[in-house]
Amino acid sequence: MFQVRIHGRGGQGVVSAAEMLSMAAFDEGRHAQAFPSFGSERMGAPVMAFCRIDDREIRLREPVMQPDALIIQDPTLLHQVDLFSGLSPTGFILINSTRSFDELGIGDFVCNFPEGHVRTVAATELALKHVGRPLPNAALLGGFAAISGQLQFESVTKAIREKFPGKVGEANVTAARAAYDSAIGQRTQEPAHA
Amino acid sequence: MTAQQPVKFYQTGTFTVGNRLLAEDDRNVQANMRRTNSLNSGHRACQGCGEALGARYAIDAAMQATNNQVMAVNATGCLEVFSTPYPETSWQIPWLHSLFGNAAAVASGVAAGLRARGKKDVRVIAQGGDGGTTDIGFGCLSGMFERNDDVLYICYDNEAYMNTGVQRSSATPPAARTATTMAVGPHPGNVFGTGKNLPLIAMAHHIPYVATASVANLRDLEAKVIRAMSMRGARYIHIHVPCPLGWGSAPADTIKVARMAVESGLFPLFEAEHGEVTSRYTLRRPVPVTDYLKLQKRFAHLFGKTPDTETLTSIQAMADRNIRVFGLQGQEAV
Amino acid sequence: MLKQTEGSHAVAEAIALCRPEVICAYPITPQTHIVEGLGEMVKSGELKDCEFINVESEFAALSVAIGSSAAGARSYTATASQGILFMAEAVYNAAGLGLPIVMTIGNRAIGAPINIWNDHSDSMSMRDAGWIQLYAETNQEAVDLHIQAFRLAEELSCPVMVCVDGFILTHAYERIDIPTQEQVDAYLPKFEPVQILDCDEPVSIGAMVGPEAFFEVRYLQHHKQLRALELIPQLAAEFKQQFGRDSGGLVRTYQCEDADTIIVALGSINGTVKDAVDEARANGQRAGVLTICSFRPFPLVEVRAALEKAKRVVVLEKTLAVGLGGVVSDGVRKSLSGIALKGYTVIAGLGGRSITKRSLLNLLKQADRDELEPLSFLDLNWDVVNREIERGKQQRRTGPIAENILRDLHTNAAARTS
Repeated sequence: MFQVRIHGRGGQGVVSAAEMLSMAAFDEGRHAQAFPSFGSERMGAPVMAFCRIDDREIRLREPVMQPDALIIQDPTLLHQVDLFSGLSPTGFILINSTRSFDELGIGDFVCNFPEGHVRTVAATELALKHVGRPLPNAALLGGFAAISGQLQFESVTKAIREKFPGKVGEANVTAARAAYDSAIGQRTQEPAHA
Repeated sequence: MTAQQPVKFYQTGTFTVGNRLLAEDDRNVQANMRRTNSLNSGHRACQGCGEALGARYAIDAAMQATNNQVMAVNATGCLEVFSTPYPETSWQIPWLHSLFGNAAAVASGVAAGLRARGKKDVRVIAQGGDGGTTDIGFGCLSGMFERNDDVLYICYDNEAYMNTGVQRSSATPPAARTATTMAVGPHPGNVFGTGKNLPLIAMAHHIPYVATASVANLRDLEAKVIRAMSMRGARYIHIHVPCPLGWGSAPADTIKVARMAVESGLFPLFEAEHGEVTSRYTLRRPVPVTDYLKLQKRFAHLFGKTPDTETLTSIQAMADRNIRVFGLQGQEAV
Repeated sequence: MLKQTEGSHAVAEAIALCRPEVICAYPITPQTHIVEGLGEMVKSGELKDCEFINVESEFAALSVAIGSSAAGARSYTATASQGILFMAEAVYNAAGLGLPIVMTIGNRAIGAPINIWNDHSDSMSMRDAGWIQLYAETNQEAVDLHIQAFRLAEELSCPVMVCVDGFILTHAYERIDIPTQEQVDAYLPKFEPVQILDCDEPVSIGAMVGPEAFFEVRYLQHHKQLRALELIPQLAAEFKQQFGRDSGGLVRTYQCEDADTIIVALGSINGTVKDAVDEARANGQRAGVLTICSFRPFPLVEVRAALEKAKRVVVLEKTLAVGLGGVVSDGVRKSLSGIALKGYTVIAGLGGRSITKRSLLNLLKQADRDELEPLSFLDLNWDVVNREIERGKQQRRTGPIAENILRDLHTNAAARTS
């Protein structure tokens, strides 16, 4: 079972991100479970959503305590919430940011992870550019497909189009592709700021 | 030639015309051999019960107006209890009693169910007393009005929770004695400055039809029900029904007491459509409220050796206000 | 057709397939997505021959359903938590009148303190009203149980509530097989009421019944539920034939045949418990799970058969009978009458507190060593509790308890991070 935990703030599409991950996995014939952790919902409050992917029926219903991957949609949460709690030492981290790991204050921390497992994606910028709204979730899913190898990029785009029909979906797919390419590209370059 | 002198003709007593002098269409429903007796004899109402009288006239009128296609939903209360003493029922129409406060909602449901079964000509009447309508049933009633559900709600207002032993409701008039507003202390009876006017509240919802009626004018009551059944959507009729037991009036006086309430102006008779009054019954010669009040022991504490003139004046002021606000003053005698 | 979709939405699709005629609903978290989904389907015309009524309260919602059901229409509503209490009078009324209404409960805790998260206190508060109560373990089962519920309700002329854990199931996306209209039509025939308001044959429904007959009327309600004990497995078997999967029924066992310790639970927690049991077994412990699907009627015979050979039973409850302890435990204990085995009640998950596999594994270890109290509270923060009790001893005017505890948690959280 592969477990993903997504962190962000209310209004950033964290829940939709988890749902789209699960839809992408479903499209590949796998079992997937996605659900939110609810605080009192208000825009801007820290929220989490979870996605489990497996090849057999998923029976576990607890929140994801030992994620194999983290997607951090809002880096302002970095030193406010214990985002990395339970993360596997060989896990994946995708952070929505234009800053370096050192600038984010986690330079030393990310050194411990395998090559290529930790990446930043300028997802908000890509979303603003392609969709016109600062909703980074679709772009981050593109990045996730790139670094984790858990999902085909095509499955991710299919899920995005199902969730956001029409032009909005296409724009989000474009943002996702840009993020995917950027994350793949990063892999072939010298590891940045590791 | 002698000077002309105006001769004044007064018709005293009632306007009632014997049915045989009227065209068949103008006769009241109860006079008809084919009346349905929807509320059949054998029920256990008290002697002189205004509610039983009102209900019988109202439902039979509705039946005539709809080719006998009426179902009734009843709130808990006197009418429900005395009409269905297990294992008997005096209802000859389909009848459902659910709870005290939900008659309006249940009726909305029955109407929806009938539509689902394609029975669009079968009409639904919800009925309840003042307690079940103005108090505990208020939320559901307002919801039914707001949705403009196709239900006629009839409230039989005897101005207290009679079935449970004459406790005060929000329809209880000021100064009336009830078991929870006893005639003791510095302000005996129900307090002034409280209470709700359900007909006005119904009008505020702008529903297609609102009317007040009284068992003092049964012909008018029937006509209003028939008029209501000619329309679709949410409709409300508020019928004043004396309760000899709770009001402390003589059972034989029920209609007289009801008439005094109307003729004093305390219970105005009017119709309204979509929030605007469209007709009212005008009073030729309003009677003083004391004519009404002194027939009822629930107001006995206002009379006696030292009458409570202050309270009586306040009640008279209420009647006068009604006459003014509803435009009840009839033509002046010439 | 297999879909990856939100539990609520799947339930809405299932209801729509059952050809409801009147849906009346008042919104309350976490059931909102179900009624919104249905409302949209009616308004768009996708769900035909159905009227969707927006009512002004839960009391009105069930009352409308009572009226429409009595008039012969297939009727549905949904609620949770405070809503089921607000309609409590109508809940008893519907059962007493014998109207085959189906209602979804998106299980949620009841306040005070106000809480929107999952536990079973809401449906449990109405357990004795006379409604049949079925608890779904997964969203697939939630879909399937609603289809079975209409059939069950209409055959017995008894209302049925289908309980679906709020947020955990209602708001979870998972893989669900949505049946076809043909499949559902073949399983669920047209509604044939046993009583109906009909101008051609007028009846009075809802009369007052005195001491001379009330007892018999009430007993016959009980009798209906006894009949349900037979009908529920039959309908589940028929469901399996028609739809190809196990869903519903009275109880379900997992690894119970040779189990020393069996956990009994209702609803979605069974999934996590099964994972914990697998891991416990890998560590040499012989554990099993008994899932109770039909809580009313309570399947005494089936529960006994599942548990009688075990050494100990742990009843995991998402509800607290304040002042007593367990609720499900009572039924379990009754079913084991005369059999000597150790029974433990564990209250867990109240107000949405997560029940984790790790805690369950610990629980199983403790149970194995018979180290559990007869009544215990899983992952209760005893420090917080004891501080509050102490505060109460020190002064009279302690202020509202809930607020005190929240303040305590924040203060300590701040102290830990500083």
